[in-house]
Amino acid sequence: MREVDRRSKHSRRVFLKGVATAVPVVAVATSAAVGIEDAWADDASALSPATMKTLLKVARDIYPHDVLGDSYYITAIKPWDGKAAKDPAVKSLISDGISRLDQNARDRHKVAYAEVPWEADRVVLLKEIEASDFFQKVRGDLVVSLYNQKEVWPRFGYEGSSAEHGGYINRGFADIDWLPKA
Amino acid sequence: MAKFDLNDSSVVVIVGSGAGGGTLGNELAQKGVKVVILEAGPRIENHDFINDEWESFSQLAWTDARTTSGTWRVAKDFSGLPAWIVKAVGGSTTHWAGASLRFDEHEFRVKSTYGNIPGANLLDWPVTLAEMEPWYAKAENKMGVTRTNGIPGLPGNNNFKVLEAGAKKLGYKTVHTGNMAINSQPRDGRGSCQQIGFCFQGCKSGAKWSTLYTEIPKGEATGNLEVRPSSMAVKIEHDSSGKVTGVVYADETGAMQRQKARIVAVAGNSIESPRLLLNSASTMFPDGLANSSGQVGRNYMRHMTGSVYAVFEKSVHMYRGTTMAGIIRDEAANDPKRGFVGGYEMETLSIGLPFMAAFLNPGAWGRSFTSALDGYPRMAGMWLVGEDMPQETNRITLDAVVKDKFGQPVASVHFDDHPNDVAMRAHAYKQGAAVYDAVGATVTYPTPPYPSTHNLGTNRMSEKPRDGVVNKFGQSHDIKNLFVSDGSQFTSGAACNPTLTIVALAIRQADYIAGAMQKKEI
Repeated sequence: MREVDRRSKHSRRVFLKGVATAVPVVAVATSAAVGIEDAWADDASALSPATMKTLLKVARDIYPHDVLGDSYYITAIKPWDGKAAKDPAVKSLISDGISRLDQNARDRHKVAYAEVPWEADRVVLLKEIEASDFFQKVRGDLVVSLYNQKEVWPRFGYEGSSAEHGGYINRGFADIDWLPKA
Repeated sequence: MAKFDLNDSSVVVIVGSGAGGGTLGNELAQKGVKVVILEAGPRIENHDFINDEWESFSQLAWTDARTTSGTWRVAKDFSGLPAWIVKAVGGSTTHWAGASLRFDEHEFRVKSTYGNIPGANLLDWPVTLAEMEPWYAKAENKMGVTRTNGIPGLPGNNNFKVLEAGAKKLGYKTVHTGNMAINSQPRDGRGSCQQIGFCFQGCKSGAKWSTLYTEIPKGEATGNLEVRPSSMAVKIEHDSSGKVTGVVYADETGAMQRQKARIVAVAGNSIESPRLLLNSASTMFPDGLANSSGQVGRNYMRHMTGSVYAVFEKSVHMYRGTTMAGIIRDEAANDPKRGFVGGYEMETLSIGLPFMAAFLNPGAWGRSFTSALDGYPRMAGMWLVGEDMPQETNRITLDAVVKDKFGQPVASVHFDDHPNDVAMRAHAYKQGAAVYDAVGATVTYPTPPYPSTHNLGTNRMSEKPRDGVVNKFGQSHDIKNLFVSDGSQFTSGAACNPTLTIVALAIRQADYIAGAMQKKEI
């Protein structure tokens, strides 16, 4: 069977793009204080970097795929900052939602949500707010913004648009080779 | 191409350009009848279709406001989207999978066959299979249905091969690559299937029959058919004698126009068609047009549906090739020993990763959900489609609050499963899982019904005017020159996909209308 190359072609493009709009890459690269992995959250304008980082953790906990690096989740959640900049209601939906989650985490575990070490414990905290508008909106957005990334598709063995390749008539539409003989 | 005057009262006005409206329009045009088709959506030709599920959804889907109620899960998960149908020239024939099956004999006689089922508003059709057979034959020939007219079946893709192997292990007998209105060889000026996939997103190669690039251009070539895209019908008008006189519609600029008509045929799908009749209420017809029976909007059927996806140890790549690539028909018969009346079909189905995430288990999250999606390349899938019970309370009404941009009340869709639907779905899930278990599935997922693609029954045919909205030719009992030409005519839903029957009825209706016009009856 023709298999799909599922290796990541995503590299660190997302981080670098995020950094470039904030500070010169050189400055970041020479700075010991700012790790490149954290820099993406710093160019958020409406939501705080801490909120963005927690949102990333929440996104991973909602749809955990261990094969996917953070970059895909960052791409999925970053638009919330722009939406928050345009609409105060969105800004408070996200900020207040994250604050509540952090508060619940501190009550239970003495640390903020993103610092709770085990996924199983964080999922319990998410379960508690599952019915909230915050959770529903974030999950409802994420199910599109994560799985509708073309870069994500090959990681799941999905090949996307096919007409421009002549369809699958010569590309393995019927190449299954492991079925028992009928 | 024809262009008719708004005041030309000799034309037949058809609302909608899908399987019913598009076919009726061409058939009438071929007979020399002048036709104006009002299509609510834009004209998007097939080379502009998009192989991307969400982008295509934005391009084609009917996303105008609708409201929902009832215990069906769609009302909770997709409250503003009761149906997944198309707003574009060609209607839902752009989106359909192509399955073209005839009803069984008993499926036209459901009341006689099933008897009294509590809660079900069963009624025999005023037509029989014997009466419909010649029209089915014409429809199959027109659409180029495989395994009819000497047309070979399509080759089976990976998804079909899994289904076939499992079905044979289970002992199912009638298993093949379907009766599909998709060219397995060049025919009628269209090429053969390139196994592109994305049948639901519009067939870019044109191998799948759609009125968009068959009936409509053929009708236009006669000089008797004018299609007006982006023209949303808002009201059908009538005179003091009770005959309809024309249709008021919003044109592409939003301006209201009035097209006069000798005959009006409504083919806007089973949600919009009753909505238009109800929104056309007047002092003479206070409950809406053609509604002396009170049945307009009632008996809404959407088929018993569900899906089963199964994950295997090795790759399947189910998305490669025809979306609906084959069928098991052994459960389609009526066998009440199973604990329900009516039957169901098992048909392969695949959706891409974006829609799998949205539809596999709407609202679900966490590891059990992502574990299922991790299995995507090793997944096979089938759709279960069976007869659901017509119920008077399953119903399209006018929403009391929400209005569209033209000030018209939107359609409100209420649906509850009948106990027969629930029993059939449970059986179908079990058998679907068994098919895949037989060839080594490591896990199977019963998947809830998607927003409705088969919308039926809301202007049903009946022999007696008190039982339904239209007669055996789709002519309304109350108003002689008002017709219904889509799936809303269906008295019952049958197990199989409805398009072939809609097309066969439209060809037959064109014959009837042209004859009646000639005899000056209408």
